[in-house]
Amino acid sequence: MPVTVHLPGPLSAYAGGVSRVVLDVAPASVGDALAALGTRHPGVRDRVLDEQGRVRPHVNVFVGKQSIRYSGGLATPLPQSADLFILPAVSGG
Amino acid sequence: MELADRPLRRTPEKRKLRAVARAAAAFKVLDGDVLLMVGTLKGAFLLRARPARSRWTMTGPLFPGTAVYAVAYDDRSGRRRLWASTSSMHWGAVLRHSDDLGRTWTDPQTPNVKFPESSGAALRQIWQIQPGRADEPETLYCGVEPAALFESRDGGETWALVQGLWDHPHRPRWEPGNGGLCLHTILPDPADRDRLIIATSTGGVYRSEDGGRSWSARNRGIRTPFLPEAYPEFGQCVHKMVQHPSRPGRLFLQHHFGIYRSDDAGDSWQDVGKGRGVPSDFGFPMVAHPHDPDSVYVLPLQSDEFRCPPEAKLRVYRTRDAGASWKGFARGLPQKHAFETVLRDAMAADSARPAGVYFGTRSGKLFASRDEGASWACILDGLPPIVSVRAAVVTAARRSASAPGRRQLRVRRAARRGY
Repeated sequence: MPVTVHLPGPLSAYAGGVSRVVLDVAPASVGDALAALGTRHPGVRDRVLDEQGRVRPHVNVFVGKQSIRYSGGLATPLPQSADLFILPAVSGG
Repeated sequence: MELADRPLRRTPEKRKLRAVARAAAAFKVLDGDVLLMVGTLKGAFLLRARPARSRWTMTGPLFPGTAVYAVAYDDRSGRRRLWASTSSMHWGAVLRHSDDLGRTWTDPQTPNVKFPESSGAALRQIWQIQPGRADEPETLYCGVEPAALFESRDGGETWALVQGLWDHPHRPRWEPGNGGLCLHTILPDPADRDRLIIATSTGGVYRSEDGGRSWSARNRGIRTPFLPEAYPEFGQCVHKMVQHPSRPGRLFLQHHFGIYRSDDAGDSWQDVGKGRGVPSDFGFPMVAHPHDPDSVYVLPLQSDEFRCPPEAKLRVYRTRDAGASWKGFARGLPQKHAFETVLRDAMAADSARPAGVYFGTRSGKLFASRDEGASWACILDGLPPIVSVRAAVVTAARRSASAPGRRQLRVRRAARRGY
């Protein structure tokens, strides 16, 4: 079953205006999913990951309800039919 | 002043965007206008005035919610292009430009300034946008954090890390100041295509004589009271450095303690600050007079421990004799409880006669002088913290075969929205 990536409003502009992207591959990990997302929407990938492939410090990525900060980062395994959420952290000033 | 637009509150997002777009359309810059570009921590603002500069109209915020640490105006080769670096706390920094004086802006699909993977670095901030020499209209530079120089040879379409500076053996030993480890000043020598001078904080002044392939430290004579060694080869905390195009060998810089002048393109530096009329030789901004290579403006702060104007009196100081003496100007500036801070790029001059001088404060006040700094007026208050100010006299656009942009970054939408 496909993985669905849920985008926050500010990133939908870089994915053709959509808020969800269903990946047509079966990524094994969050990193694989973001790589697959990046081939279709590089503007989204580059706003989630920095040049070194790290998740930007004020971006949160969740698999279901679980933040990948506490589950292995980009190596976090993805179950089938997973929902991947990309969300801005509640930082600011 | 008349406001062409005011930030709207508590309105639905779409209604707000439509209102801002209408205001942007109403903001018309005319030939001969003076244009002020003001970058803040929460967006950018544009102001325009007729040459008398007695009445200003404003539009903004552009890119609401993003920090705009650098703005620039490029009128080479007949273009009238505005540049802005927009930095989202969440999604990173990009360079955008506008070819219609701020009505619409590019929104690059992917970030246009990126460190190569081999560098091991990631872009944190774009601190400076510097158009290149007049006879190289497709060349631009930008200075970034972590301290590095990027160059574009195609009018800003693509950017590349200047590897020679990145590979300099001193670079791993540069240390960040409070603002971050930034490359904030880029001075292409207008008379020498191979000479380029930059400054980083901290690190100091570096010069290339071969178009950026190799670099050497140029800090001799700049004292570092914050280091055990008084005059190290590098490690200086230059806050801002300026050059006058008619005399490119002469440089001035505002140091972290100390105001200095060089008459040999940085080979040696002389202290021209304390004891010559300034109440403190600490400060951040420095601006060269647009027409007089002996005139420079600074805005002293009390010390690095208390970064507010001495005696809480906001005063701009100017030298007209290359630093032999300084004179303070207070007329129109608050002389009581002025606990203000003006950051390194938040001061600028236009090229009119007499020259206009402008600065913005961290408390969001924008001050303007239309008589070369002799008297001042607060032309806008209540902005977010101001981090960058640039001024330009807008000339009539000319068509040019070499004018870039038509095939470059695609204008995707009016840039009223941030990310």
